[in-house]
Amino acid sequence: MTRVTPSPERSAERARRLGWWYAAESQLRSMRAYLGAITLSAALEPLLYLLAMGVGLGTLVDAQNGPVDGVDYLVFVAPALLVASVVMSVGTEMTYPVMDGFKWHRLYYAPAATAVTPQQVATGHFVAAMIRFTVQALVFYLVMLAFGAVTLGASILVVPAAVLAAAAAGAPLQAFAATRQDEGGAFVFVQRFVVMPMFLFSGTFFPLASMPLWLQWVGWVSPVWHGSQLARLAAYGAPVPGWLVAVHVLVLAALAVTGIHASRRVYARRLAA
Amino acid sequence: MNRVIEARGLRKTYGELAAVDGIDFAVEPGESFGLLGPNGAGKSTTMRMIGGTLDRTGGDLRVAGLDPGREGPRVRAHLGVVPQQDNLDEELRVAENLVMYGRYFGLPRRHLTAKAAELLDFVELSAKARDKVSSLSGGMKRRLTIARALVNDPSILLLDEPTTGLDPQARHTLWDRLFRLKETGTTLVLTTHFMDEAEQLCDRLIVIDSGVIMAQGSPRDLIREHSTREVLELRFGSRRNAEVVDELVEMDCRLEVLPDRVLLYADDGEEVLGEVHRRGLAPVTSLVRRSSLEDVFLRLTGRSLVD
Repeated sequence: MTRVTPSPERSAERARRLGWWYAAESQLRSMRAYLGAITLSAALEPLLYLLAMGVGLGTLVDAQNGPVDGVDYLVFVAPALLVASVVMSVGTEMTYPVMDGFKWHRLYYAPAATAVTPQQVATGHFVAAMIRFTVQALVFYLVMLAFGAVTLGASILVVPAAVLAAAAAGAPLQAFAATRQDEGGAFVFVQRFVVMPMFLFSGTFFPLASMPLWLQWVGWVSPVWHGSQLARLAAYGAPVPGWLVAVHVLVLAALAVTGIHASRRVYARRLAA
Repeated sequence: MNRVIEARGLRKTYGELAAVDGIDFAVEPGESFGLLGPNGAGKSTTMRMIGGTLDRTGGDLRVAGLDPGREGPRVRAHLGVVPQQDNLDEELRVAENLVMYGRYFGLPRRHLTAKAAELLDFVELSAKARDKVSSLSGGMKRRLTIARALVNDPSILLLDEPTTGLDPQARHTLWDRLFRLKETGTTLVLTTHFMDEAEQLCDRLIVIDSGVIMAQGSPRDLIREHSTREVLELRFGSRRNAEVVDELVEMDCRLEVLPDRVLLYADDGEEVLGEVHRRGLAPVTSLVRRSSLEDVFLRLTGRSLVD
């Protein structure tokens, strides 16, 4: 054991600044075990969605109705499908892996015994998930390009729009998952009665305004709608007034920040109290 | 010499229940220090307070001169922690587990690759470096957890029940590695409810029960102070044990009646056994052995360590 290891003080200082990244790195390394499955679903999902909704349903809609929101149905639906598909993945990354960290394999307890803080463990999990979502959104964007649903350029901003929407949905879900002592059907409930309605009623397949008013509120509170509108603006310049763009960004940012803050508190309570 | 750990009046309460009830102890550098007690005695609670992963309710605690309650990450940068329950990342391979853990201490990847090879050699797992953690035996996982705890060259190694669940051979291999670490000057702090482990590994220990310290000292001093040199264990069969007690009480030595056997404490066990036979008591089995920490615990609490 002759190798010189940096002093504890230096270790602590580095971890203080970058502990959140070390925790994220660990999550990303674990994800490598499922890299094949993650990549395959990231590539196949947009293919299936765009074929079914964009091309299949799109042909029908275009023939019957003409343009939607001033563009072909494929162009209208693709950016929202990207956002919805990324947000749906939140249901896998922010539930069972959190339970795994606290309970099943107790993976969070390993970094909690090092120079990293529980708060950084929470942030690390969140950051790793966001990196995964960024890759997923990029792959979706490439498939959109291949389908001619979007032209290369500023439209790439659909990617940050989708990741912001995923952050807004994912951070509160991560905090909720962290409060659970056992699964007990809670995650299935969230998937069926929160994530699925967001997917169906957030103006993904049709403009939100075409829904009856009493159902439109689902879109207003849904990160998928706010994210989709931003993505449509980026993809084909959808007519969204400036003030509404600000509202979309603010709502998503507020949900994400509140969620992260709550997660950090719950992790601290469970890992060091 | 500066004490690496110092606790005064250390307390942890959960509502009315005091898990740790005002304990004082100090650990010197390079010492192997044990916390011996039954399950639920407050050992793990004390360990978590040392590592700053559990807030104390009262008292003073210093680890490497720092307060773990306020400066947890800085304290933990000095520590290696072997938890009671393994929490290795089963998705990663054996060597990757060490590298990844080392990253939590801000150590560069290149440094860690070499360090991991060195540590796997130390715990005799080099041949398994590329294997999945899930393929390792319980003893190997424990050794890997110890290697992982050493990745930052800690000056203090905390081991919470390090050999629970291991077979005798795996325990001895692990003890051997811990001896070697001690020789390099690493301070070891371990909890155990195995008296033989405490006797083998600890220079000094505290005996804890219900959150309070019952006694402290070296294993040899504790045995000398609280027990006799030898113990005679007699089994008369479950029905006769109670019957013979009246006669055994008349003999001039301390007596403990356990559900399955009777213990007689004396400096010369053979002599007492002769006396038992002279009285015509004829036990089914008899055994003379040296006193152990188990006897100390029995004396102090009236209970056996492993219930």
